[in-house]
Order: sequence, then structure tokens, then C-alpha cells
Amino acid sequence: MSGRDSTLRVGLIYPELLGTYGDRGNAVVLVKRAQWRGIPAELVEVTAGEPIPDSLDLYLLGGGEDDPQHLAAAGLRASRHAIERAVGDGAVLLAVCAGLQLVGDHYVAADGTVIEGLGLLDLSTRAGPARLIGELVVDPEPPLPRLTGFENHWGRTTLGPGLAPLGRVVAGRGDGDGRDTDGVLADRMVGSYLHGPVLPRNPAFADQLLAWALNVDPTSLAPLDAEPEERLRAERLQAGTARGARRWWHERRLTRG
Amino acid sequence: MRTRLGVAAGRVAGSLSRVTGRGAGATISGRVINVVAPGALAELGAGRHIALVSATNGKTTTTCLLTAALTTNGRRVATNSTGANLTSGIAPTLAAAGDADTAVLEVDERVLPRVVDPLAVELLVLGNLSRDQLDRYGEVHLLADAWRRVAETHPRLGIVANASDPHVVWAASPAQVTWVALGLGWRLDAASCPACGELLDWADDRFRCPSCGFAQPETPNRLEGDTLVLDDQRAPLRLAVPGQWNVANAALAVTAAVEHFSVPLAEAARAVGSVTTVAGRYMQVPLGDGRTARVLLAKNPAGWSEVLRFLAGIDTAVVIAVNARVADGKDPSWLWDVPYELLRGHAAAAAGERCLDVAVRLRYAEVDHVVEPDPLAAARALPGDTVHLVCSYTQFSALYRHFGDGPA
Repeated sequence: MSGRDSTLRVGLIYPELLGTYGDRGNAVVLVKRAQWRGIPAELVEVTAGEPIPDSLDLYLLGGGEDDPQHLAAAGLRASRHAIERAVGDGAVLLAVCAGLQLVGDHYVAADGTVIEGLGLLDLSTRAGPARLIGELVVDPEPPLPRLTGFENHWGRTTLGPGLAPLGRVVAGRGDGDGRDTDGVLADRMVGSYLHGPVLPRNPAFADQLLAWALNVDPTSLAPLDAEPEERLRAERLQAGTARGARRWWHERRLTRG
Repeated sequence: MRTRLGVAAGRVAGSLSRVTGRGAGATISGRVINVVAPGALAELGAGRHIALVSATNGKTTTTCLLTAALTTNGRRVATNSTGANLTSGIAPTLAAAGDADTAVLEVDERVLPRVVDPLAVELLVLGNLSRDQLDRYGEVHLLADAWRRVAETHPRLGIVANASDPHVVWAASPAQVTWVALGLGWRLDAASCPACGELLDWADDRFRCPSCGFAQPETPNRLEGDTLVLDDQRAPLRLAVPGQWNVANAALAVTAAVEHFSVPLAEAARAVGSVTTVAGRYMQVPLGDGRTARVLLAKNPAGWSEVLRFLAGIDTAVVIAVNARVADGKDPSWLWDVPYELLRGHAAAAAGERCLDVAVRLRYAEVDHVVEPDPLAAARALPGDTVHLVCSYTQFSALYRHFGDGPA
């Protein structure tokens, strides 16, 4: 918590612009998983039009429609220094879908409009010819376990040469730029196309973000009852990989004619 | 001739669907009619006054309430009362309409632009637009833009519309609109201006764009609590169906009946008060243990928010039954947009094919619950005299097929 004060502040940035796909759930999960362990935590909603403070411990950016994404981009750029300061100071950033596009350099929409992003990470996105919709399964580098989510986006994201993806796509499309990867992982900044929302389906990932924000090892966090999430994960991973297997079979048939 | 052939073939397909238990028959018979006789809609609609009702939430109920208000006034009204609201549901309704002089038709939001011309529609009744089935419908503003093109190309079309919903106002404005301000509980899809994309100002329940001036239209017509005000007249809306959201549906229906069909206000208000169940919505189903459960349909965050406000205020157990089939939307992430925290202290159950998603949502809302995929078994597992069974679309349809009064 960077020694600012003793309450973990989970920032939900522009929920009315970047919250089209239930991304509020990510903030709820982080706050509850801290509180259930006796760690004081609060959800801080930064509504559109307000400046984004540099005092948050986690910054959550979610998905949004085109017009709201324009508005969100303008607000984020105006608060760019605050976000940079906070991240440089150890704050954690989770950027999903439109959020991922906005922390990058720019996004080229379907009509050719260019939305300038925050430029925090060397990545760029353009709208593709088809919307990518469905279960998405991603294998990150250990120790993170396989991630499950749902994707629904036009974006095709390309990472700059120095950046590593969040993981390899097992089912679904992810970045959709032909390399079968999803998102980005750079220090304490994570980007992804995993909605669902992602953290309720992947509590170990939530705990990793908490551990970064608290500056502790994730194994030092007290264990919580994992049964409800594990049952959901198992069901969704199965749904996702069954779909992945169908896609593989289809593409194999196409290549063989 | 083709139309008669198509209707006959459609009837056969519809009865087959009913006797084999695959559906209520309306949709499949409509598909057959549309294939055999593509011009059928125009022929079947000819010579009738046709009103279309559309919205993200409340279209079936509003259609039923408007039908009640017109029927009481002596009109012979045909309506698609089973909620079959695609072109495939509309055709058989009109085919069976006999000597009906008027048709009040619920229509799917995406289908509306395609049927205005073939049916020679004279009135649109437009309620609200918010996020629903994002994997199928795409984003809300695309629907609003498609509706607006209808209004632009039909400037003489009559429209009765909710003045409190920015998307609806944007869509309807180019035509001849009678506005009624119904209020808007769910605003998360109405943050930015549909005209220019800037952030809307909301003050005193009214919206205004500081950039381009797009604003809530001025109208004396409004809902004040349970009272509908139309110009200088007032009428209380005392409904048999529950919830403030239905008062708004009734206000829209009564406004359409009074302003477009010249039904006296008091008469229309009385008529909507007599409706008790709408195509299975609000019906009581037996649980087999001496108790019954009341069935509500809630399929998106705006609908759920209204239902929760109602449930939080009464003493009831609540079953949340969610599927994620095509007709529900395959992505139930909207569960996290709904403030289920309001159910703390109620007995609750997570049910439906996506009961595990519901269970995790309720865990983080800190609502104690049981997990049981079968909604009726889930209801039986809960204590108390009153149980509400809140269903997503396909869960609701399954219950309605099993317990409902069947197609009219």
C-alpha cells in the first residue's frame, strides 16, 4: 500500500463509461478478498469528469462502447501524470478490453477514427473485420494458473517488441493479431481481453494482484474457501476448451480442404 | 393465394410444434409463412390500425396493457400475447386476427425497423433502451441509431415515447412524438450524449448535454409516483401486477391509448388495473409442498435493478434462475452490474444452467444461498410462505410452457 495509509484503496475508474461487461465485479472481488482476510479495503469509484487521484492502490479499467471510450480516453489522458505517479510508486493496474486499448498508444476504430491512448505501454490496437465473441481461455506463465473469461470485442492488439503477453490463448481469440496470445503483463500492469468478469472466475489471479498491491508474497495471504469459484472455473474451462477443440477441428479441415 | 397457402402451411407447422411439445408454435408457424409467402406481412396487416410496442424491458407487459385499454374502449384488437415478437411471431398473429380492426404488436428491438413499412404501421410506442444480450445485440447506441433512421424516413409516423430515456429521445425525435416522462432508474447506459458523445448532465432526473444542447424534451405529461399526468388531467394507476416498473409500463400504455386512440383517461387507467398476469409473468406456480412461487422475468441489469428494489422491500425468499442460451445472451457478466447486496437477509437460491455464476456473485454480495440448478427444487429448498422465482428468458419460457395458460 506504498505506506500511504492502512486502507487498501481499490479504484474503479469511470464505471459508467468503462463498465459495459460487468467489470465492476473485479473491484468487488478485490475488496471482499482483502476484507475477508481482515485487511481494510474500500472501493473508490472515480466517475467520469472527476480527476483520477494518484492515491489509489489498484486502478481498474474495464470495457466500454465506442463513444464512452472516446470520453474515457480524454479523461485518462488528462489524469495521465497521476496514474503514472501511482504506478511508479507501486500501484497495480488491471486494464480489460477497452481498458487495455486505452493504456496503449492508440486505437484505430472501425470508421478510421484514431483514439489516442495513455501510452503507458507500447501496444496499439485496430478494429478488425469481425467481432470476437465467446469463451476465452489463456495460459499465463506460472505461478498463475490457467485463466477463464469471456471476450466480446473488435480489437486486434499488437504488442511492441519489448513487451510480453499475459499468456497463450488456449481457446478463443484474445489479441486476435494472429499470434494466439492475450493481453500484456509488464511489472504490475496487466492488460487482457478476459471479461466474465475475470477476477471472480480466477481468484488466484485476484490474489496475485492483491499481493502486488500489498507488497507481499501471494502465498502469505490467508487461504479462503475456494469451492464456489473452483466449481465455476471447472465448468467454464470445460466450456471454453470444448469450444477450442471444435475450432481446432474446423480449421484443420479447412487447411486440408 | 400465396399468403393463404403460407398461413395454412404455417398452421400445420405450429400445431406440430405444439403437439410435439417443442414450443408454443407461434415462431415456427411464422417462419413457414414467411418462407412460403414473403409478402404476407403486408397483406395480413392491410386495413387494420397497427401499433408496435418496443423497448429493452417491459414490451410484453406494455403491449398487454395497451391491448386492455383499447379492448375496453370497444376496439377489436389482435395482439401477439405470447411474446413471440420477431417477424415470425407477428405473421401468425395477424393471420389469426379475423375481423380485428386494430393490432397491438410487441416487436423485438432489432426487428422494429424491418416491419414498419410492410405493416404500414401508424404508431410506435417506445419505452427504454439499455444493455441486453451484448453478444447478440451489440451496443445500445447502434439500436438507437437504427430506430432513429425509421423516424427520419417516416416523419409523419406517430410515436408515443418515454422522454426520460436519452436513447429513446434520440431515436424518436425526428417524427411526431407525444412524450411522457417516466423516469429512468438505470442510467449506466445513458452516460454519454447519443447525439454528440459528450458526457450528459443529469440533474433533478432530467438530462441535458452541455456540449450540443440535446436535452430531455419539455412535456406536461409525466408519471408522479403512481399518478399519470396528461396535460391538465390526472389519473391514479392502481395495478394488479407488481412493481414500480410496471407503473411506468402502464403509464406509457395509457398515454398511447389516450393520445393516439382517444380512449378517455379514466377508462384506460381502469382497464390497465384489471390485468393480473402477462404471458406468464407474475403467475403463481405450485411447488408441490402446499406453497406457490410467483414468477418474475428479469433478463438484464436494468430489469433486475427494478425487480430488486421491489423484492428488497418485502419479506420473501428469492430464487435467481439464470441460463445463458442464445435467447438469454451467452454472457452472464451482467450479474455483476446488479446490486444483489440488496438481498442480504433474504433466503436465496442460485439456480438455472448458470447457477455457479449466480452462486459466486451471491458469495461476493454476502447473500447466504443454496445452489440448485432446478428452479422449482431450489424454491422448495427455501423457507417461508412467500417465494419469488426470478428467471432469465429461457428459464421463464420453460416454466411458462409447463405451467402457463398456453398460446391464446
